[in-house]
Amino acid sequence: MYVAVKGGEAAIDNAHRLLAEARRGDPDVPELTVAQIREQMALLVDRVMAEGSLYDPDLAALALKQARGDVVEAVFLVRAYRTTLPRFGASIPVDTGAMAVARRVSATFKDLPGGQVLGPTFDYTHRLIDFALAAEGATEPAAETEPRDDASTCPRVTDLLAQDGLIEPSPPDDGAPAGDLTREPVDYPADRALRLQALARGDEGFVLGLGYSTQRGYGRTHPFVGEIRVGDVAVEFVPEELGFPVPLGRIRLTECQMVNQFKGSGTAPPQFTRGYGLTFGQSERKAMAMALVDRALRAEELGEPVVSPAQDQEFVLAHCDSLQATGFVEHLKLPHYVDFQAELELVRRLRAEFEQTRDRAEMQKAAE
Amino acid sequence: MLAPGFADAVHDAQGTFRAVMDALARPGLLQRLDAGLEPPAPLTSELAAIALALTDADTPVWLDAGLAAAPEVAAYLRFHTGAPLTDDPARAAFALIRDPARCPPLSRFAQGTPAYPDTATTLVLALDAIASGEGLRLTGPGIDGAVRIALTPLPEGFVAQLAENHAGFPLGIDLILTAPGRVAGLPRSIAVTEG
Amino acid sequence: MRDAPYPERPDPSPQPSPERERGPGASEAGEAGYNFAYLDEGTKRMIRRAILKAIAVPGYQVPFASREMPMPYGWGTGGVQVTAAILGRADVLKVIDQGADDTTNAVSIRRFFARTSGVATTTRTTEATIIQTRHRIPETPLREGQILVYQVPIPEPLRFLEPRETETRQLHALAEYGAMHVKLYEDISRHGHIATTYAYPVEVAGRYVMDPSPTPKFDNPKMDQSPALQLFGAGRERRIYAVPPYTSVRSLDFEDHPFRVQEFTEPCALCGASGHYLDEVVTDDSGGRMYVCSDTDICETRVAEAAR
Repeated sequence: MYVAVKGGEAAIDNAHRLLAEARRGDPDVPELTVAQIREQMALLVDRVMAEGSLYDPDLAALALKQARGDVVEAVFLVRAYRTTLPRFGASIPVDTGAMAVARRVSATFKDLPGGQVLGPTFDYTHRLIDFALAAEGATEPAAETEPRDDASTCPRVTDLLAQDGLIEPSPPDDGAPAGDLTREPVDYPADRALRLQALARGDEGFVLGLGYSTQRGYGRTHPFVGEIRVGDVAVEFVPEELGFPVPLGRIRLTECQMVNQFKGSGTAPPQFTRGYGLTFGQSERKAMAMALVDRALRAEELGEPVVSPAQDQEFVLAHCDSLQATGFVEHLKLPHYVDFQAELELVRRLRAEFEQTRDRAEMQKAAE
Repeated sequence: MLAPGFADAVHDAQGTFRAVMDALARPGLLQRLDAGLEPPAPLTSELAAIALALTDADTPVWLDAGLAAAPEVAAYLRFHTGAPLTDDPARAAFALIRDPARCPPLSRFAQGTPAYPDTATTLVLALDAIASGEGLRLTGPGIDGAVRIALTPLPEGFVAQLAENHAGFPLGIDLILTAPGRVAGLPRSIAVTEG
Repeated sequence: MRDAPYPERPDPSPQPSPERERGPGASEAGEAGYNFAYLDEGTKRMIRRAILKAIAVPGYQVPFASREMPMPYGWGTGGVQVTAAILGRADVLKVIDQGADDTTNAVSIRRFFARTSGVATTTRTTEATIIQTRHRIPETPLREGQILVYQVPIPEPLRFLEPRETETRQLHALAEYGAMHVKLYEDISRHGHIATTYAYPVEVAGRYVMDPSPTPKFDNPKMDQSPALQLFGAGRERRIYAVPPYTSVRSLDFEDHPFRVQEFTEPCALCGASGHYLDEVVTDDSGGRMYVCSDTDICETRVAEAAR
């Protein structure tokens, strides 16, 4: 007996209640606080801020709590909140050269002004499960750090190379307002600023895979990590009515300057070129992958053949956003009854006609 | 003191937009537009309502000579919309025209491009009166057969210009025609003939 | 002369304090902290401008700066943004998915607007001023003044012939639609039929080839010369397009293979209607099937009328 599919309302209510229950888990286990997530799942919070395009650690932590730790879902919550916020304007460009660095490494020079600063990194840990962490309440001894010198003693590696003309100059600031892909749909070909925006909020896994593909020969760029730096920078804004910069606060950023080979062309001498990555918080994997893909996307500009996915800006930009991707992939679980019905009807008709034709052919054969 | 904008920013803007949308969707049919604004002269209540509902920092606005000559008009629009004013009609997203008789040739406004015909200027005209059921004959999308519409004043050579504008479809400008308490639409998709 | 009903002027008297606490611009019946119909006024203006240009150039896809919405891409964000931009307090909203008002996604979107705008909602096609739809056009003929808002996943009808936006944009600019005809004709030579059953391409007002969204081609004829305004929103792909009322919408076809819609051999098992699009319902695990109207409103109305 067919019962008309009623009860969508009740089903949704129940599903939401079940979700709330599942989110909380065993009520005998203490509930997580937003502050705990912010402080102890900091890299996850950073990723949600980066892909959510909103610098707000508390909000990102809350989104993670609400999303049961699902990163894309948390990014979604943050983006949907962000989109309702009024836009006052653009800050003046942050100066990463003046960053108070917590970590700074270069793979191109053994030592350099400002030194190599390992900072908090997994890089040289042995990936052995530390069962001591399962015991609560343990406190690690405080790390020994040297007080950092003035930020001005830590110049960017690319600036050092630029002094000798070994690397292409950083494009000058022409003063034109940068585009904003959250306010204007991407129009191809997209300029580099828009491409970098898309990559900065792009899915870490997708950008990582693309960056990796360039290392494996799909749009090879011969990269070196000129420098990765992680630290805090000041954000300043010039309100129209004041006309001078007002500090808004400090944010933590990860910047990667990739130095890539360039053989030169008829008009340009051989020199190194740049790939650039920048993310909110500490995310070296993302910043490095972004720098690789940025460089790959400059293929056309640098006269290189565009043959690989990472060099194809329509492919990269149209598919790097985790929200667009997850939404459309997951929409396949919505009902498609009426379209499927249309296909069913067609396949049945084609099959009937196929059988008719075959029967006719067999009859003809039999008759011969 | 600056004249106030919409009494209810959210719902008055929505109501104005819907009247304009209906006007463009049903060219030649009059829609009510009762925004209740008292903007500085020579800006009309209807021009002001449409500007407040549709323009902002992202839309350069061009003012005709009469409106541009009144600094209070620019001050009012700047304050309530934040829209940049431009003196180049080819860069205008919207053009406000108080005196249709002295409107520049329609071809001087942005026509859109073959790839992006949506980048054409929307002209908003203040007329003394618009009457339905007589006058110019309109046919095209949004019209069940044909409708007639009479514009007062009807600038000289305007019909020929409209015909030329339509001939360039999908390029061309779109017109929003206003009269006291009324709005009608004349998008580029519409063929206009006399008689 | 024909006047459209203009929404009532708002009551200028101040609202009692609880409403005031929602902050400037918040609706009386809306969700705390959010504007009427969720979107901020700047976003609405941007979408409204896109809608006006879409109406002026029927069938042309206007790029717009689609926002993240609180539901996922691919679940109706384009339609939701269009509805939010046009919706007023006097509107009556109906939301359908697969023709039905009670599918979960339709319920979810209807609730979203009830919550964020406080407008009246309905399941009756005849009562609605705005109908947001996914995959169907109601069987009840629409009338003047109604607006049908389609949720669109892939707005570009040429996308599966040419994946590049730069290419398809040029094809539309040049009205170069030969490839689409070739594709349809290849179907005919292979299958003896055009094997496109939904999202069947149409030509609008003699110019642009347009994707009607994944409605079954059964619904295509309803688009032609419809008295209602048809708006299409594609959120993820950031496009809005429109078909004004009384506009020609022609399904692409060939002289020797004219366009045909699906036909059902039996009537609806619930209301007995023939000529409606039917859902096939599997009733048991031994091949039992029944066919019922995909449009729940007309089906329920007919059943109720028969019972009287």
